[in-house]
Amino acid sequence: MTQDMPTPNGEAAVKVENLRKLFPVSKGMFRKATDFIHAIDDVSFEIKPGESLGLVGESGCGKTTTGRILVKLDEASEGSVGVRDQASGDLVDVTHIKSKSQRKEFRRNVQMIFQDPYESMNPRRTIFDTVAEPLMVQKIGSIPERERRVVELLNLVGLTPAESFLFRYPHELSGGQRQRVAIARALVMNPSFVVADEPTSMLDVSIRISIMRLMLELADDLGVTYLYITHDLAVARYMCNRIAVMYLGKIVEMAPTEELLQRPMHPYTRALLSAVPVPDPSYRRPEVQIKGGVTKAVNPPSECRFIERCPFVQDVCSSTDHPPLDDRGNDHQVACHLVADSGEWLGAPRAELDLRS
Amino acid sequence: MTQTVSRDTPMLEVRNLVMNYGTKDGMVSAVEDVSFTLARGDSLGLVGESGCGKTSIALSLIRLLPDNAVVKQGEVILDGENMLELSPEEMRMRRWDDISMVFQGAMNSWNPVYRVGDQIREAIDIHWDEKPTVREANAKIAELFELVGIDPSMMERYPHEFSGGMKQRAVIAMALSCDPKIIIADEPTTALDVIVQEQVLEELRQIQHDLGMSIIYISHDIAVIAEITNHIGVMYAGKLVEYGPTVDVFARPRHPYSWLLLSSTPSVTGPRMKLAPLEGEPPNLLDPPSGCRFHPRCPFATDRCVAEEPPMEDIVEGHRLACWNHDQVPTTAKETE
Repeated sequence: MTQDMPTPNGEAAVKVENLRKLFPVSKGMFRKATDFIHAIDDVSFEIKPGESLGLVGESGCGKTTTGRILVKLDEASEGSVGVRDQASGDLVDVTHIKSKSQRKEFRRNVQMIFQDPYESMNPRRTIFDTVAEPLMVQKIGSIPERERRVVELLNLVGLTPAESFLFRYPHELSGGQRQRVAIARALVMNPSFVVADEPTSMLDVSIRISIMRLMLELADDLGVTYLYITHDLAVARYMCNRIAVMYLGKIVEMAPTEELLQRPMHPYTRALLSAVPVPDPSYRRPEVQIKGGVTKAVNPPSECRFIERCPFVQDVCSSTDHPPLDDRGNDHQVACHLVADSGEWLGAPRAELDLRS
Repeated sequence: MTQTVSRDTPMLEVRNLVMNYGTKDGMVSAVEDVSFTLARGDSLGLVGESGCGKTSIALSLIRLLPDNAVVKQGEVILDGENMLELSPEEMRMRRWDDISMVFQGAMNSWNPVYRVGDQIREAIDIHWDEKPTVREANAKIAELFELVGIDPSMMERYPHEFSGGMKQRAVIAMALSCDPKIIIADEPTTALDVIVQEQVLEELRQIQHDLGMSIIYISHDIAVIAEITNHIGVMYAGKLVEYGPTVDVFARPRHPYSWLLLSSTPSVTGPRMKLAPLEGEPPNLLDPPSGCRFHPRCPFATDRCVAEEPPMEDIVEGHRLACWNHDQVPTTAKETE
């Protein structure tokens, strides 16, 4: 059995409590929004310093919105998001940042890497301008100092010789090189926390691995804490110490990576896992036990969000509220009425999952 | 995944296909001397990095090439007939009838102002030998929708009323509408979520099995190819470098590139493997490397690889590859972390 990467100890670097994000759906011009999409509904989690937490789920489950709120590109509707400040060591509540100077201060600490390296860069700015932009915004260093810092980072992310890249433009770089530039830009301020939103999903397999390795090395060397957003559980397995599975705005299961993969408890996690294609033609896929298609969380009912697609529904699921995300031992949390406190499955028999072979 | 259809004669035979793109900087050698066969009822997966020529092969087969592309050499023999020698008008009638294609991102190519059923009927009207009545065509569309797992009443709906997975299924239904002998599916599930992807792949597998159709899958996702094909062709920089039964190639990839590609594919099953990075970048095809095109990135390259191009040779029956040093490639794909 594969062991989990050790989870770092210490006080949380990121602490999200009861986070909620509602998007109003307005009908017709001038009309007041009466319906709301509950994009994120009562989500709480912690990330330890140096840890990488994977946020996994299908499109529209709220994983990107969560990431955007954590770096303050979107505002939370409710709840608190604490990110530890490197200098003072205090948890700063992101939702309370109002002034421009506070925001600027916050951005030194927290950065984001976006999915598409073709769209996240200004085509008319050189690589030097792109990577040095945070330094310019923050008014840090003289121009030669900035140049030294940028060269240092380009070397760090493997763009060598760095000097030859400084005055090139994004279109002269391949996808993998651009994503390295994006990583360099995110790290130029020496942030303690980085949100990476599908940073490798647009890249080719071979390049994907080298970017994944680079991010892991940087996490080790610089102690960066990651929130790693991905739809790909196989990638999350390599990148994350822990994985949180989201479904329609709720975290339904959260556990250390190998624990989650080997003992998935929530019916949704199991369906997701059994649907992942396996690079082994002799592998026999279990039946994917799920019903229907993804729905939208518009004014969702209070009971379990997964109820419409769950093949195991019992009376308790429809007569009580959405189950809380409770610990079932081994740091394994699940939000399902049909999982006993011991982690035992109480529902109808399920398809055999054998992910160990 | 079992195939019960007989595979006596090849349905499709591609011989020495060479395809170039003319650019202002010179000729880009996109497909270089590629040969393979596809048996009736068989499925072939073409894998490789972006720009390796997978889609260019597909476009050459169906002869929908951009203006600057030329097929320099080669034969594409479908059921004994060389498709490259047909006149454009003859070829137009063969498309959809004999060979149809599900394009990458095709689910976003539905015309939003027409009903999905009407758009499929257009293909049927043009390509069926005798133009069917609306009732006949609708009956066929209903049948196709059932085949791909959509409620037939949906044919009266507009594209925006379909989810992503349903749009993709409808594209597959359209590709099936003229009972083609071969379907080329270019990244048919890349834009879909994993659960929907699994459903669409299952549908395709079922259709292939039931209708005895041949399918060429093009994908950069090796795990998808492992699941749905029985033959695999690994492409690098315009060349086919390894070709064989999927099970054999995955059990023991013999070309260094295939070996590295498979070793760098993360999986949720089994013990966690060390992922081998593939150093470097694919070559510039305006000026491809001498000898073996993979030699600048190959950990086993020797002087011979720089000077001489390895031929495609049978290593074991039906398993071909082009490498001088294939005996250097480790027999196991990966090592445990």
